[in-house]
Amino acid sequence: MDLFPVFTGKQKIGPLDRPLPKVKYEISVNAFAFLFSEVVQYCHSKVYTVPELQKKLSEMGYHIGQRMVDLIFLREKNFKRETKLINMLIFIKTNLWKTLFAKDADKLEHSNDDPTTYYIIESDPIVNKYISYNRDKGSLNCASFIGGIIEAVLNETGFNAKVTVHWHKGTTFMIKFDQAVIDRDKAKE
Amino acid sequence: MAKPVKNVDSKKISSDLFSLTYGSLVFQLIKDYENPEDVNKQLERIGYNIGLRLIEDFLAKTNTPRCFDFKDVADKIQSAFRMYLGITPSITNWSQGNDEFSLTLEANPLAEFIELPDHLINLRYSNILPGIIRGALEMVQIEAKAWFLQDYLKGDATTELRIKFIKKLEDVMPQGED
Repeated sequence: MDLFPVFTGKQKIGPLDRPLPKVKYEISVNAFAFLFSEVVQYCHSKVYTVPELQKKLSEMGYHIGQRMVDLIFLREKNFKRETKLINMLIFIKTNLWKTLFAKDADKLEHSNDDPTTYYIIESDPIVNKYISYNRDKGSLNCASFIGGIIEAVLNETGFNAKVTVHWHKGTTFMIKFDQAVIDRDKAKE
Repeated sequence: MAKPVKNVDSKKISSDLFSLTYGSLVFQLIKDYENPEDVNKQLERIGYNIGLRLIEDFLAKTNTPRCFDFKDVADKIQSAFRMYLGITPSITNWSQGNDEFSLTLEANPLAEFIELPDHLINLRYSNILPGIIRGALEMVQIEAKAWFLQDYLKGDATTELRIKFIKKLEDVMPQGED
């Protein structure tokens, strides 16, 4: 163990010493598509089945979501977290989506028969645009990646939920909250 | 003759999604390979794969004719950076024989939120970029080598990417053909 710091004449500048970067929409969609396709291929090389691949992609997304939370709340919400369930969902539909994809999500719906379930519907998510789906991998949906981001954002803000991805009216993210989250939200009213 | 493509690549996305996705990939590689040297190699390989395909996209969109010297190549690489990453690196430090130059990146969209911990000091975080350049140039029959001379993440003032021309690749007739 070094007891004394070694002075190399170079001082590292950490991300916290820099001002928080503004949202910039400068990266070409193609650059992202190339990168994402390598991400999918890399994940594919590490797993054997479609569900495993989806899970891996959603883990990658989760890693991003955890970092997005602070970033967006600091940047756009004036350091204030959302505490109400419906506001949180609207936050995802608008703020999160805007930061990621420069647009709102297409739809936000509440399930008729299950009070714990909500849907966010996106007819044409960017991650699916450049991926061709083989018939033998019928159920694969690379939007699991975005599902992971949503799940992380919800969990990190105290709304524990499971997010799954389905092919339905485009891509549907099914958000199933823990019963405790719903109860808490009811008690507040 | 084909008309030049107008409004080249108007669709843009946020750099946050891009840099965080890349971060997530690097994180995964570090988990899988542990040794930073191996991660560097993997990143270079992934970049190479991207380069092989990116060049098609670049040529199709820009209608670029063949480059006649390495200075020309440098300009093209610069415009590719602008087109894909929204940054314009400056071209500096030409070698005597005009076969080696540096790209200086003021900002690096890949490394927007990154701090390298001490045990990963050997990690070349943005190593995907040299890979992309090598792969793309190989497809236009230029063998080149690219590597980082300076890295902002390691405490240097800027990020400097060095590119060296090695040789021109010739078309080889497939065996058994006249």
